[in-house]
Amino acid sequence: MKKHEVPQDQAKAFMGHSKLLYAVDEQGRCVPAPCNGWEAEVIVLDQAIAEYEREAAAAWERARRGEGSTLEYHMYRQRMDLVLLAQTTGLFKWRVRRHLRPGAFARLSDGVRGRYADALGLSPAELDSLPEQP
Amino acid sequence: MNAVPKPRDVEVPFQHEQSAHCESGVISALLRHNKLPISEPMAFGIGSGLAYAYLPFVKFGGLPLFAYRMPPRHIIRVLTRRLGIRMHVETFREPAAGMAALDRHLAQGRAVGAQTSAYWLSYFPPDMRFHFNAHNLIVYGKRGDNYLISDPVIDILVECEAEALRKARFARGVLAPKGLLYYPDYIPPQPDLARAARKAIRYTAGMMLYLPVPILGIRGMRLVSRKIRRLDPREEHPNKLLLGHIVRMQEEIGTGGAGFRFLYATFLQEAAVLLGKPGLEPIARDLTAVGDEWRRFALHAAKMCKDRMPMDYALLADQLEHCASEEQKIYRRLRAEVE
Repeated sequence: MKKHEVPQDQAKAFMGHSKLLYAVDEQGRCVPAPCNGWEAEVIVLDQAIAEYEREAAAAWERARRGEGSTLEYHMYRQRMDLVLLAQTTGLFKWRVRRHLRPGAFARLSDGVRGRYADALGLSPAELDSLPEQP
Repeated sequence: MNAVPKPRDVEVPFQHEQSAHCESGVISALLRHNKLPISEPMAFGIGSGLAYAYLPFVKFGGLPLFAYRMPPRHIIRVLTRRLGIRMHVETFREPAAGMAALDRHLAQGRAVGAQTSAYWLSYFPPDMRFHFNAHNLIVYGKRGDNYLISDPVIDILVECEAEALRKARFARGVLAPKGLLYYPDYIPPQPDLARAARKAIRYTAGMMLYLPVPILGIRGMRLVSRKIRRLDPREEHPNKLLLGHIVRMQEEIGTGGAGFRFLYATFLQEAAVLLGKPGLEPIARDLTAVGDEWRRFALHAAKMCKDRMPMDYALLADQLEHCASEEQKIYRRLRAEVE
């Protein structure tokens, strides 16, 4: 990639920042070259975020209907999944899986609830509640 | 939380320079700050940062790990070992102790490297924040309740609230940073960069060519190529997630793009001068050509994910196979060149 070919697609996700790449200049030297976005990167970043949002919206629906716990919604909201949440809280996966059900989640002790809240960066009250919109 | 007396504002004079990768960026900036002139590509090369690995048993959001570089902390460990640099390294059990130690270093006029999660850093653009625990940055001061940070992947100097930095430094899970702080303790007066570079090239080329496991190096690339070729066309949604994930790992996770191939080519150009081996120049040029192929692969895969191009697994597999065979030639030539 020549330096003048470095894409400048102004990715919204970069919020005006640019990252640094290396590219080849006129003399064939590799030199630093800023890039403020590239189509390929924008697509895959949107895809990854959309996937979390899709899961969060589905979990929100389930929590609304009382089929899932608010924990499940907040887990996806904070871009986590079962494995990551288990690793972050230090709980077994099967326990976390149980707590994605409303009944088991409602019976949680303050201690375990606090671990979830801490891992997700929420207050225990926020963890228990569901926003108006997913 | 604020029981500790507030330290006065401090600012260690620090030269910020943006870099392509966080780990090589932080260590090269810390070494320059401590009077050892070394570029980021040189740090990346001597630290033998380049790699390829397909780790199906390490899951990221349910998808396997594709790495284009060695595991976190490898660059710093190997670079400092090869140059005879001694690092001061601390981790902490208690976040409060970790924050107090950071304040102490700053009060003593020291800029320190820190490992953090990328998710909790408040200055990161929201769409770039993912749970990845091996981000590296440099703290060089404190103003009020904000830490002054030189984040090598960001183009400007930034600030981060103390609470956010605490969460980022003490995030738990895989690769948990445990508040890791580091800075060079001792730098030899005349480190032998040439000898280290030569060793590093041999190491990287050997690893890419000869590791006896099919998931690493050239063999790893060929394995992934075969995997893509055999994807079931009926499973389009999961396939697209997988391809998108590969492209993200290649172009975004800690990288200056094309899976670090351009960064390594830059190192080879610098090494050609350092070692007095002009034969490394054409090899560097060919590596940038492979970098271009990696980028074309990324663009095609991304467009296919978005239906801007018809899905064609065979095309992607061919491109990856092409990268593998070209890189194989390059590493063989590298070994012969530095022999």
